[in-house]
Amino acid sequence: MALPDLAKKPVRFIGGHRACAGCGFPITIKIILQAAENPVIVGCATGCMEVTSTIYPYTSWECSFIHSAFENVAATVSGIEAAYTSLKRQGRIDKDITFIAFGGDGGTYDIGLQALSGALERGHKMVYVCYDNQGYMNTGIQRSSATPRGANTTTSPAGKKVPGKQQYPKDLTAIVAAHGIPYAAQSSMSHWNDLYRKAKKAFAADGPAFLNVLSTCRLGWGTAPEDTVDVADGAVQSRLWPLYEIEKGKWKLSLKPRRHYPVEKWMSMQGRFRHLFNPQKNETFIEEIQSQVDAKWEELVRRCSAET
Amino acid sequence: MALQEKLTKTAALTGNEAAAQAMRQIHPDVVAAYPITPQTEIVQLYSTFVNDGIVHTEYVAVESEHSALSATIGAAAAGARSMTATSSNGLAYMWEMLYIAAGLRLPIVMPVVNRALSGPINIHCDHSDTMGARDAGWIQIYSENAQEMYDNLIQAVRIAENPDIMLPVMVTMDGFIISHGMENVELLPDRAVEEFIGEYRYPYALLDIENPRTIGPLTLQDFYFEHKRAQADAVVKAKTVILKVGEEYGQLTDRSYELIESYRMEDAEYALVVLGSTAGTAKYVIDELRQDGEKYGLVKIRVCRPFPAVRLGEVLSRVTAVGVMDRADSFSGEGGPIFAEVRAALYGVSHRPHCINYIYGLGGRDIGPDLIRSAALDIKSLKDGSESDSLVRYLGVRE
Repeated sequence: MALPDLAKKPVRFIGGHRACAGCGFPITIKIILQAAENPVIVGCATGCMEVTSTIYPYTSWECSFIHSAFENVAATVSGIEAAYTSLKRQGRIDKDITFIAFGGDGGTYDIGLQALSGALERGHKMVYVCYDNQGYMNTGIQRSSATPRGANTTTSPAGKKVPGKQQYPKDLTAIVAAHGIPYAAQSSMSHWNDLYRKAKKAFAADGPAFLNVLSTCRLGWGTAPEDTVDVADGAVQSRLWPLYEIEKGKWKLSLKPRRHYPVEKWMSMQGRFRHLFNPQKNETFIEEIQSQVDAKWEELVRRCSAET
Repeated sequence: MALQEKLTKTAALTGNEAAAQAMRQIHPDVVAAYPITPQTEIVQLYSTFVNDGIVHTEYVAVESEHSALSATIGAAAAGARSMTATSSNGLAYMWEMLYIAAGLRLPIVMPVVNRALSGPINIHCDHSDTMGARDAGWIQIYSENAQEMYDNLIQAVRIAENPDIMLPVMVTMDGFIISHGMENVELLPDRAVEEFIGEYRYPYALLDIENPRTIGPLTLQDFYFEHKRAQADAVVKAKTVILKVGEEYGQLTDRSYELIESYRMEDAEYALVVLGSTAGTAKYVIDELRQDGEKYGLVKIRVCRPFPAVRLGEVLSRVTAVGVMDRADSFSGEGGPIFAEVRAALYGVSHRPHCINYIYGLGGRDIGPDLIRSAALDIKSLKDGSESDSLVRYLGVRE
């Protein structure tokens, strides 16, 4: 897929929404929806995506869309998919339709994890997309289990004694993969081609598929709107957010950054890590994060090479 | 057509079996459910119908009640007739989604088998579960016995799906007392139920992809209130629809239904107000008292939402004293929920009777004729007394 061709694809998520300038998720949604060949029905968890795109009586969705609550998008879309299966079996509907559930990291890693796990285990043919912006951004930047260690959020503030969030993020993609679903992948809105290709694979999967997509939140991360793509790219290059896929149980690395890109460089681009650099640099803390990222990366590379 | 499809038949069924039979005949496109005592048997039986190929339903064995109602909401909005069932803590776990189902105006029908809420944990009957959900925007219909459970479920589909209503309906029966007690239940032929309920038509189906719609948008200060006003209006209109459906059902079965049932109220001086299975025992007590020459009557509230305040005012304004029996406490410090609402209903009547509350049967505590009789005789003492005594009395509890 060349970029000019992508630009010609029908857009199902249209302008006029109220997301911030420089927000990552509209880019994520647009690319994913452009990869869908069939008509789509979208379910959305409560969060920025839903509140900025469906302010009654307006909507940015050019396809069927439902939002019901925060923690249950996987269950809601399970019901839609079940309705489709039932009506199709009865001969009351004949079209092929694709079902997509969107949730942020709060709605997926945390409060929606049970509903997600249930839907994956039951095997509904749907694509679940987590737009991971590493925190509860809609409610005003609180820490989630996806927030990176060290980040300053309103519930993990950079205090005098505790420098921001203490825990490392949950490895959700691996948790999802452990359900043995046909397709799961990690991607980033900075890598449109990777995202487009993975969305295609997810739609083609024979069963549930999952995409965990890093999506910059410029307010929560403390970055300039024009740096949205670069900062997401930095997460990929630093190996903090590796791009990989698990296809029918087979782990495969999608991108191996060529140059060494220290996590420190990625962190220093963002206001949420400022306290780790000013007034003085917290060397030990940053080094510890770097070694964790390295260890996770090596584990991933091992997993991927063991499969080939 | 096989003989059983043509004729009404009588079968010995538990309340749960009667509910499962009603569901089989309603034949929803989707059932999403989770087990909880004493409801489990309903969905267990239903999954047997699914796996034996008796129904075309897609059965979604969800991982929680929250997801049960969420999936049912998704399916109903997609354009499929959808049901779930629950009890007690399961209903409490659905709480958030109850309001959303009603707010999205989805005509979901849900049997609820009444069971006490935790804690402490208890699996037996009281009404604390559905009473807690009475303001969630659902129509609530209480059943006295297995036959009524069956009848109410079938009528509920017509009520919920009426284009002027479009609201979810919960149909309740008392846990174990009805759900696990066996009775003779008259079942309609499958075809008759099919014809009575008609086809499911949801005008904004998500699966109607040629007409994409956004369901469940963010609605702020400028429109939320109008949506809620429309919802409140639908609840009011439901009274007429429930009566019409109850009358039509009567033509089909010789069992017609109203918002309330008055029993021996014509010349009654004293009345008991009850919901659910206790009405059966209370009728027996009323008969006994009548034999003794005492002028007692009974009012059974069948439909609790919308609340039949006007009807209650009409039938109760002629009596001297009313005893309202609540199988739940509201913890308002002022008695049970039904008591508060019946008293409010009596405020506007010209001849206002004394009104007292009996809270009974919590956590499945048995309620026999003797206790009901003692309550009935107790209200008689209000005749000349003032209401300065405690209006809230507990029946059958160690004090």
